[in-house]
Amino acid sequence: MLTTNLEIVPGKKIIKHLGLVQGSSVRAKHIGRDFMAGLKNIFGGELKGYTELLQESRDEAIERMQQQARAIGANAVLNVRFSTSAIAQGAAELFAYGTAVVVEE
Amino acid sequence: MQDLIIFLSLLALGYIFGRLAEKRHYRSIFKREKKYRSLPVIASKFPPAYKIPHDTALVMGSVVVSVDYFKRFLATLRNLFGGRVRAYETLVDRARREAILRMQEEAARRGGKMVFNIKLQTAAVSQGRKNTVGSVEVLAYGTALIPPRTER
Repeated sequence: MLTTNLEIVPGKKIIKHLGLVQGSSVRAKHIGRDFMAGLKNIFGGELKGYTELLQESRDEAIERMQQQARAIGANAVLNVRFSTSAIAQGAAELFAYGTAVVVEE
Repeated sequence: MQDLIIFLSLLALGYIFGRLAEKRHYRSIFKREKKYRSLPVIASKFPPAYKIPHDTALVMGSVVVSVDYFKRFLATLRNLFGGRVRAYETLVDRARREAILRMQEEAARRGGKMVFNIKLQTAAVSQGRKNTVGSVEVLAYGTALIPPRTER
């Protein structure tokens, strides 16, 4: 499935607009990672575990968005945007949304 | 007394390791920015017009960084007087540049020669104690322009 953050597909015509599709994923970190993060809070630096975790959940959010798009018969998702929010202590929501369309093959 | 000793040693540890880490990070950022200068990142919505059709792909890069104990202490002091919080400025600057670099790395891996329509997003992912900033996540994403195989 074509997923892009452009509003058009270069060189292809958009046949049909199917509206907004979205996918989200809420993840919490496990305690080992939290411990490492606690140490990093003293020394500073990148939290590799968190970077990976958030990237994984973002991929999942994209996957869910694509599933939704497939279910309504789209073959592309345009104008994709991401958003991250910390909804509770120790849990973050990763959210992806975009416009589902049918483009010519 | 014991608390004070712990506090001071945490401050010292944060100061030493935080400075070292920041210096090392900036060095690596400068080096990689030089390397990826040939792969420009532009904010405009549309790529320059080309005669031959190019492929496009969504690329992204993200990073989560944490501020050290010493800088957090400085920032707390800053809260009393107001003004620029230098300690956090370098943190978000580093994070943003790192995220853009990672996005460029992905674009280069896919054979792209330019990234356009870049969007940046910053979020505080974990709150530290007493509502101080724990760590920030920066995500950079954009569309990579990939020339056809014969043109590479």
